[in-house]
Amino acid sequence: MIRENILYSPDTPDRKGPTMSRRFTPKIVTANRLREGDVVYLTADDRWSELHHEAELIEDEAHAQLRLLHASAQKLMIVGPYLADARPGPRGPEPTHFREEFRTRGPSNYNHGKQADLAS
Amino acid sequence: MYSYSDFDEAFVRTRVAQFTNQVERRLDGSLTEDEFRPLRLMNGLYLQLHAYMLRIAIPYGSLNPGQMRQLAYIADTWDKGYGHFTTRQNIQFNWPKLPEVPAILSALADVQMHSIQTSGNCVRNVTADHFAGAAADEIADPRPYAELLRQWSTDHPEFQFLPRKFKIAITGAPNDRAVTAAHDIGLRIVRNAAGETGFQVLVGGGLGRTPMVAMVVRDFLPEADLLPYVEAVLSVYNSFGRRDNKFKARIKITLHETGKDEITRLVEAEFARLRPLFGGNDQKLLADIREAFAPPAFRNAPVDAYDAFHTADPVFRAWADTNLTAHRNDQYAIVTVSLKAPGKTPGDATSEQMRLLADLAERYGHGDLRISHEQNVILPHVHKSDLPVLHAALVKAGLGTANVGLLSDIIACPGMDYCALATARSIPVAQELATHFEALKLEHEIGPLKIKISGCINACGHHHVGHIGILGLDRAGVENYQITLGGDGTEDAVIGEKTGPGFAYDEIVPAIERILRAYLGLRQEASETFLQAFKRVGMEPFKAALYASEGAQDAA
Repeated sequence: MIRENILYSPDTPDRKGPTMSRRFTPKIVTANRLREGDVVYLTADDRWSELHHEAELIEDEAHAQLRLLHASAQKLMIVGPYLADARPGPRGPEPTHFREEFRTRGPSNYNHGKQADLAS
Repeated sequence: MYSYSDFDEAFVRTRVAQFTNQVERRLDGSLTEDEFRPLRLMNGLYLQLHAYMLRIAIPYGSLNPGQMRQLAYIADTWDKGYGHFTTRQNIQFNWPKLPEVPAILSALADVQMHSIQTSGNCVRNVTADHFAGAAADEIADPRPYAELLRQWSTDHPEFQFLPRKFKIAITGAPNDRAVTAAHDIGLRIVRNAAGETGFQVLVGGGLGRTPMVAMVVRDFLPEADLLPYVEAVLSVYNSFGRRDNKFKARIKITLHETGKDEITRLVEAEFARLRPLFGGNDQKLLADIREAFAPPAFRNAPVDAYDAFHTADPVFRAWADTNLTAHRNDQYAIVTVSLKAPGKTPGDATSEQMRLLADLAERYGHGDLRISHEQNVILPHVHKSDLPVLHAALVKAGLGTANVGLLSDIIACPGMDYCALATARSIPVAQELATHFEALKLEHEIGPLKIKISGCINACGHHHVGHIGILGLDRAGVENYQITLGGDGTEDAVIGEKTGPGFAYDEIVPAIERILRAYLGLRQEASETFLQAFKRVGMEPFKAALYASEGAQDAA
């Protein structure tokens, strides 16, 4: 996962690492748009959508790696693609971690970001 | 205030031109993200959770009204109409778009500002006491030294690829308002027995994952030795600092692993080598810089209006009693404008507020503005007779909150509402604490209290030195908040002590209330502050208040 941590020291305290050799948890491919920085998700038909539920839910590890490679090649479109955990929901994939949930909306202190942009 | 020389001007303009070209090459595909990332970080441009973020340096926290207005203009033109003042005297814009960043940098250069060295493994923005040049307790103005250090460290060829970032802070007063003990190098201006000005030099302080209070390596460094000595410290760190492990790369670890005696020996040896190479030009430069920081032409006028208002108007009195600090000219006061109205984001100012502050600084404040690491704005020189009208103008703009140094004057990092490194949110915790205690009307009863909140272990919110520190973590996929007590960021710096297990997002405000109700119950008199009470009674009574009821619930 590529994050802005190259010059910083992020921490994942006490999380016991990814679920090693256990069953593969479903994933989506997410990134930020190069020009605007907006959070986007890779769809099954190769679009970058701003809606999490439009993302392709990837259930197979090898396919996930291929989709991540496909995303990484789009250097003029997006920055920092990575695989994020997700689960199926009634409208499509839903985030499982609060960080990814925040990324679908925007900050909690102002009505800025997606929660405003997508509402209008 | 210091104005750019032709050299400074040309340097900043050249950098804007370089970065403009680099952005173009990124957008047309000539540069990959891996190639571009270090270039944008060198210019303060991060990619965060929802958007890019541009961090702009406010050297030693000083702004003139024109600069403040330009920040407002940038906020309106290229961002969302506000800016966020940080805990290291920077301002951050949270929504710039990559193709527009060169225009922002150019607009900054127009007012002698930039975002150079606000990221990366280099010497960061040199911070200073926000009351510099005004405080009654000041020995000497730290800003000329801070400016000298800024010029020396900017684009210093030897120190562009340090093992890690490097932070320097300086205070000119014995009451340390610049948290010097939590910096890689902390400088405290002192006078020796002969009455000469010099520095007590501290090295190896820092918060983050391994919090440490800095060690004193020199009790008195003569003024003229400042640059060679600081350069010697950096050189030794550059050679011995660990590049193999990012978490052990700060100078505090080098100091502890190598030992203070050995590091001091190495620094002194390097200093002896470097000192003769400084031929005195640095001192000539310092003399020129000092002229730029000459005190303003203070007015001599009666202060009766202030006294009358203070007696007659309880709202004004409450504000004056919390938000003013003694000025070295007793007809004047230092005004701290709180950016902590309950429910608002600590450190945020709208473009309208920025413009008003610029106007007020021009009309009543000798054209001087400061940003504090505590995320407030300071008008350092206001004649007392102008305070009533100034206060009225601040109140109208939502800037009249009388809470400086009190519970709701919380410092908080952006946390997971913006930051890609965060493990939990901090802003909403600050907002809820402030509004909760406002509703309880307990803030003035509780008295002086510093609550500091960080959304990850990197501690941008300085939680370790908060009287009450709150650290937001990710515990098994849920936000969890750890509390520390007894931290102190002053000249008596102390790292706070953990209370025990953390609290869930919706449990943290009630937990802080239990601590504070325990304090109100055990303090000996109203004048015994929370920190004093903690030092007297220790952790146990607070632990009991925090966890006793919880244990009962768990058992049930």
